[in-house]
Amino acid sequence: MEITVRGLWTLIHGMGFGALYLLACSGALVELYRFTASSPPSEANPGQERFLKGYLVAMVVLAWASVLTGAYVIYPWYRTAPPPGTTDLAMFPQRLLMASSTTIGWHSLGMEWKEHVAWFAPISITMVAFVFIQYGRDLKNHRQLRAAVLCFAVVSFVAAGVAGFCGAMINKYAPVQGGHTIQLSQGEGK
Amino acid sequence: MNMPKSATSPNRSALTNGSGAAAILAAGIGSFSLALLACAGDKLAAVKNGLIFYKPTGPLSGVTTGAILIWLVTWVILEWRWRNRTVGIGRIAAIALALLGLSLLLTFPPVVDLF
Repeated sequence: MEITVRGLWTLIHGMGFGALYLLACSGALVELYRFTASSPPSEANPGQERFLKGYLVAMVVLAWASVLTGAYVIYPWYRTAPPPGTTDLAMFPQRLLMASSTTIGWHSLGMEWKEHVAWFAPISITMVAFVFIQYGRDLKNHRQLRAAVLCFAVVSFVAAGVAGFCGAMINKYAPVQGGHTIQLSQGEGK
Repeated sequence: MNMPKSATSPNRSALTNGSGAAAILAAGIGSFSLALLACAGDKLAAVKNGLIFYKPTGPLSGVTTGAILIWLVTWVILEWRWRNRTVGIGRIAAIALALLGLSLLLTFPPVVDLF
């Protein structure tokens, strides 16, 4: 069982940072709503509020780590141009997708959309975390501020979802591969 | 009598909404800048070349770096101006959400192709 360095980075970007961020989003949305809209002040628990602040900061780190590794580590491998005369495009994912009418859409729609929409996630969640750290439970006294923050949190979730879906599909049809091979385990005969 | 900034009564807030409004509007402006730069880079070759800050990543490096700078500078300026003020949050939130909605539209390739 083995994996290439590029494959490992793609895994870290998508499954590590991206998927973990998406998983965290649903919890953050529920908790943000619960903390700022529903419970009466008598139920205030500073420990829970501190936990949610830490949770949101972790989401900010995950979101930025995901877009930065995507744009500056994996995307350059994805868009590498093949030398003239190359017939095997397996190492050039963008050109591999563009070479067939059945897969070109995954580049022209999927990657073109993903590479930009993904950035709304870290921008939005950074703002959400900042506002929650600043206001905490006091957000319930700022109804319109709270509604806007929740809208941005939902958009962050949707943007990350679109990027995650497109990324997974692109990697299915034209995986980013190459670099050194890392041996994970030795195969055993049956 | 001076009241600590964080002291709140059950129904009324001692915190002004300026800081939150600054963060929300700056996020809307930052997102819209990203969409505009991406759109401009897609349509104009000169802009596209000018946005190549890091060659392996291509114009995406300039689009995102430019948008992040606009977002952060806007945020710092608005925070500095509104930090201790109460502002019209309804209008500001509506503008920020409209900018965010436009950003989502302008980054969707079939919409960009209409221009």
